[in-house]
Amino acid sequence: MAALELSSVRKTYTSGDAEIVALDHATLEVGDDEILALVGPSGSGKTTLLSISGGLLTPSEGTVVVGGQDISTYSAKQLTAFRRDSVGFVFQAVNLVPFLTARENLMIVNDFGSSRSHKDAKARAEKLLDELGLSHRVDNLPGQMSGGERQRVAIGRALMNEPALVLIDEPTSALDTKLGEQVMELIVSEVKSRDTAAVIVTHDQRMTRYADRTVTITDGVLAA
Amino acid sequence: MKLGLVELRRKPLRFAIAGSSLVLLSVLLLFLGGLLDGLFIGSTGLLRSQPGELVVYSSDAKDSLIRSRIDPEVRAKVEAVPGVSATGGIGVALVGGQLPDKTDLVNLSVTAFQLPVSSMPSDVSLAPDQALADRSLQAFGVDVGDTLLVGSAKTPITVTGWVSDTDYLQQGGFFVQPDTWREVLADSRPDSNLPPDTFQGLTVKLDSGADATTVADAIDAATGGATSTLTKSEAVQALPGIKEQNSTFSAIIYVTLFVAGLVVALFFALLTLERIGLYSVLKAIGASSRQIFGGVVIQAVIVALVSFVIGGVLMWLLTLVLPAEIPVAMEPARAVQIAVGLVVMSALGAAVSLRRVVRVDPASAIG
Ligand SMILES: Nc1ncnc2c1ncn2[C@@H]1O[C@H](COP(=O)(O)OP(=O)(O)OP(=O)(O)O)[C@@H](O)[C@H]1O
Ligand SMILES: [Mg+2]
Repeated sequence: MAALELSSVRKTYTSGDAEIVALDHATLEVGDDEILALVGPSGSGKTTLLSISGGLLTPSEGTVVVGGQDISTYSAKQLTAFRRDSVGFVFQAVNLVPFLTARENLMIVNDFGSSRSHKDAKARAEKLLDELGLSHRVDNLPGQMSGGERQRVAIGRALMNEPALVLIDEPTSALDTKLGEQVMELIVSEVKSRDTAAVIVTHDQRMTRYADRTVTITDGVLAA
Repeated sequence: MKLGLVELRRKPLRFAIAGSSLVLLSVLLLFLGGLLDGLFIGSTGLLRSQPGELVVYSSDAKDSLIRSRIDPEVRAKVEAVPGVSATGGIGVALVGGQLPDKTDLVNLSVTAFQLPVSSMPSDVSLAPDQALADRSLQAFGVDVGDTLLVGSAKTPITVTGWVSDTDYLQQGGFFVQPDTWREVLADSRPDSNLPPDTFQGLTVKLDSGADATTVADAIDAATGGATSTLTKSEAVQALPGIKEQNSTFSAIIYVTLFVAGLVVALFFALLTLERIGLYSVLKAIGASSRQIFGGVVIQAVIVALVSFVIGGVLMWLLTLVLPAEIPVAMEPARAVQIAVGLVVMSALGAAVSLRRVVRVDPASAIG
């Protein structure tokens, strides 16, 4: 079964009188343990595609099926639960909770509703942070961490609830090449070891070698 | 929700403005409530401490002891009413008393009693020059063994023990034999020369099972309308100023609670505005509006409770330095009322931000 299926997804924004087509009849399928790189210039619709796949935006037209669930018909409430249980996000701007430690930033996902106990959540958070090379940072606040460390905490948060699909927006844009490659390698190993599918947005062609497949997007139109 | 609690613990200063406003409002509320209770206690103790369920005045007295007269004839009619088990004469004289080596007068309500009031031993007996003083007089320097010069004739009367919560119209309870009271009253108010066995009012004990209002009506009927008989709580409410005091202070207290709600509403509205970015991220990773809103309300409630406790401590310190003339009483029931009022108003105040929390768009976390 495919982790993600977009069929003829269209997304338009209206700004003033003009209609901006951010995504034009996008059709895409991502396998259940596939890593897909999505590349394209700024403003081409990458974040829009990711947001629609993760239930943050609803498409103007078309259907979005994630792990067999058609989320294009979901209510806001259903989408909240879907985001909590079925997808992991890493945002373009790292958005950690400033007054929570690295460990707590992971565990908070568990607090929103999960069958996992507090103790198990703590153990999982610590294991993830350890794998991400942050075992010495578990009790640090985001303000006490470097940009790369924060990025890795955000990746840990995305993986916390064992989602079937991880959506990562520009994981390396704020990092230098070396750190960017390290973070990419981490993402790949985390995702591959968990049989999770991932869509990774980047505008850096060098990062595509970490992916199983690369899709290009230009002005809202996908091309293999 | 946990996130709200963690934020409170880690970033307490963020709540300092709302907290300190609520501390000040708590002190104000406790002070107003304490003053209301203190005035009530100081005005009504004499009536509330009476052993009988009913109070009998003469009908021309407009339910005031000072204007009332009950002679032995009327009293005999009262005692004959079925349901009445015992009556005791009451009389009061509001006079000054002078302590040895002091020039200031202490305000006394020299009170005649025949049935012991609630804080007296049942076998109480006093000589004509002896009195039991209310403990509230301690604050004015009165002590057991002191001999006070009472009233305009400066009758020497010695305090032999204490009673409590017996003050009347803000004057300290000073319990004496009926004849001593008549003497003090006649000296201070020459027009009030009462014959022996005449009192101002009666406290009426009822047979067990007798209905207070039924017996009260029967008493007034038996005396041919010469009496006005009230239950103890009616008599308390009929005291001059009690109702007005209560409604005035209650109105100020409710307005202050409303202001507390506004402070919380304004503060959390600003805080929510500041946190829209955070909330959109939380929603994007699966937090529901309900969970986020729950956190806001819990923060408001905890800020209110902590502020109330700090305000309570400040109020307690304040009572230590307040002069005895300001009758502030700290009643647990009043503290509970104010705490509940603050918590409810804070929760309602925080609820004003509900709409804004609900409208936070998770998609704005993308940026
Ligand atoms: N909320 C919005 N309202 C109006 N137009 C929008 C909105 N969000 C995005 N757009 C427009 O939609 C198009 C696609 O935006 P999107 O954010 O998906 O681009 P992107 O590929 O992620 O760009 P970047 O690499 O700069 O992050 C752009 O033209 C953008 O201006
Ligand atoms: Mg983008």
